[in-house]
Amino acid sequence: MTAARASFLSAAALLAARDLRLALRRAGDSLLPLGFFLVITTLFPLSLDPSLSLLRDIAPAALWVGALLSSLLAVDLLFRDDGQDGTLEQLALCGQPFAGLLLAKTVVHWCLTGLPLVLVAPMAATALGAPTGAMPGILVAVLLGTIALSLIGAVGAGLTLTLRRNGSLLALLVLPLAVPVLIFGARASALAIAGESPAAPLYLLAAFAVLAATLAPWALAAAVRIGLE
Amino acid sequence: MTITAENLHLWRGEAHVLRGVSFSVGPGECLQVTGANGSGKTTLLRALCGLAPLEEGRVSWRGADIAADLQAYHGELAYLGHDNGLKGDLTAAENLRYAAGLRRRVSRDDIAIALARAGVDAARGIPLRRLSAGQRRRVALARLPLMDAALWLLDEPGSNLDAAGQSLLAELLEAHTGAGGVAVVATHQALELPAGAQRSVSLQ
Amino acid sequence: MAWVWFHKFGSPPHFYRLATRLTPWFGWPALLLGLAGLVGGLGLAPPDYQQGDGFRIIYVHAPAAWLSLMVYTVMALSAAVGLIWRMNVAHAVAASCAPIGASFTALALVTGMLWGRPMWGTYWEWDPRLTSELLLLFLYLGYMGLRNAIDDTARADRASAVLAIVGVVNVPIIHFSVIWWNSLHQAPSVMKFGQPTMPASMLVPLLLMLAAFTLYFIAVLLVRSRGEVLRRERNAHWIQQALAGAGR
Repeated sequence: MTAARASFLSAAALLAARDLRLALRRAGDSLLPLGFFLVITTLFPLSLDPSLSLLRDIAPAALWVGALLSSLLAVDLLFRDDGQDGTLEQLALCGQPFAGLLLAKTVVHWCLTGLPLVLVAPMAATALGAPTGAMPGILVAVLLGTIALSLIGAVGAGLTLTLRRNGSLLALLVLPLAVPVLIFGARASALAIAGESPAAPLYLLAAFAVLAATLAPWALAAAVRIGLE
Repeated sequence: MTITAENLHLWRGEAHVLRGVSFSVGPGECLQVTGANGSGKTTLLRALCGLAPLEEGRVSWRGADIAADLQAYHGELAYLGHDNGLKGDLTAAENLRYAAGLRRRVSRDDIAIALARAGVDAARGIPLRRLSAGQRRRVALARLPLMDAALWLLDEPGSNLDAAGQSLLAELLEAHTGAGGVAVVATHQALELPAGAQRSVSLQ
Repeated sequence: MAWVWFHKFGSPPHFYRLATRLTPWFGWPALLLGLAGLVGGLGLAPPDYQQGDGFRIIYVHAPAAWLSLMVYTVMALSAAVGLIWRMNVAHAVAASCAPIGASFTALALVTGMLWGRPMWGTYWEWDPRLTSELLLLFLYLGYMGLRNAIDDTARADRASAVLAIVGVVNVPIIHFSVIWWNSLHQAPSVMKFGQPTMPASMLVPLLLMLAAFTLYFIAVLLVRSRGEVLRRERNAHWIQQALAGAGR
């Protein structure tokens, strides 16, 4: 019965397919963070004086606070089910590089919770009064930002794996690392809205995302292994 | 192809759970680990998996310390814990495809045969959460032969199983050890295996 | 031979004895240097021509800020040593560092705010150095919170070690933030108070205070670590022996 061993890539692809299939069967879970983002970004214009100029000033803040809170909400989904039904430890024991598998899970998670934000951000930004010329800058910023936030959030979720659902501790752990993303992202968005070049903060955001992508696999594997003890 | 535990010591917080556990299990042998609730059977199995860190002692597989190449060691073992390690939202067939597929290529036929052998063929297309606890355990057992693993580490595999399910478990173990595989099983029920292949160790 | 020393240092009874012996060697010099620094800074140094006597808060603020970074680095290093070499003593040292570091960070932030009001006209500005120092405080608090939330000590050690190591990227960011960005805060090691260089009468007390704070940190760390090691090893044989030997 000895058929060929699966390569890491085919295993990662299979895991990604599994997670996508599961997400489709529980579509509500994945849509919640997106809904949350939309609620936050619409609350701002609703609660402010409809003078458009002020709205445009706070648009970066509204977008990014929304993105940060939405990703904090979303990251809870990442390991919750797998940790409870024992499939996470089966992943640790299947003989494939654990860090790689966890990274694959995080990528799928970003596709389900971060990518929708990227697609919706231009619309939300327009509703907040941003000019069309600002869209490319905002898009790139949200793209890089959500990637970084997913990676950072995943490490936080890994560290708090076995704890009672304590959202405030997860937020405290994630905050120091997520705030730079917020700062650079908001700065880039503000520059884009003002019609200036957002290149400088975008480069910094990209550097941060690359740093997160480099450190996260190690940190994820270490954190989850500790949680599985 | 032997698994050896040498003087394993493990603490959980204040409790000294494993106190100098030592044994050696060779090809074709099945070790039964018995003990009262809380005596450390699950902890021992997780330590053998390399999931729980040991304060003292070491576990060796094929003569080498498992900590030296944990990934390769994992590639040769199949672990069944208290949880089934299966997703409730997926069907039985899908579960086996994803679970075993991480290790090696399995065809639809392989899965169908495994499910039929486990007596849950009729439940193939039903989401796992709609099956009974016993049926879910059978699906979990069906995964084992598909993993192509030389070493089986099973924690209370017979829980939730009826008499027919226990026979299934015995069949699987017999086929595995008969083909030269190694098994360590934590259980308080007696296993039906030819006496020559079976040994037992008790924790407190 | 270095490895022998390393592993001996990691043995709890040896570390305990060493820490007990060394504490006074750090504590007393810290007190003396601190007194000298305070006298020099508060009394002997001339008032700054721009800020008057208000600048003197630097003698507490700068050392506290510098220590907040150094303590985090020590914490992250011991956590890494504990994680890699499975050394309980290293984890105990890391655990002891956290409250000390958090206190220094809070002190730096508060003294900074008190100084900022007369100097910049505001208690707080969201500029890079201040923001990253605040984030450092959150990192300390998160570290302590995570430790507290996990019941099993060994697992708490390992999880918080991962957190400490991941957070260490913040340290160079804080330090270099004033160079990389236009910041409200002064640039480091070029203490310009509107004069070309800092005169010796101002600089010397500052260095004394820096040394005093560092020695103080080491002394307090040794005391706390001793207590932490004692708590972790309370059922161990060597403690029972020591108690029996002391005749209760």
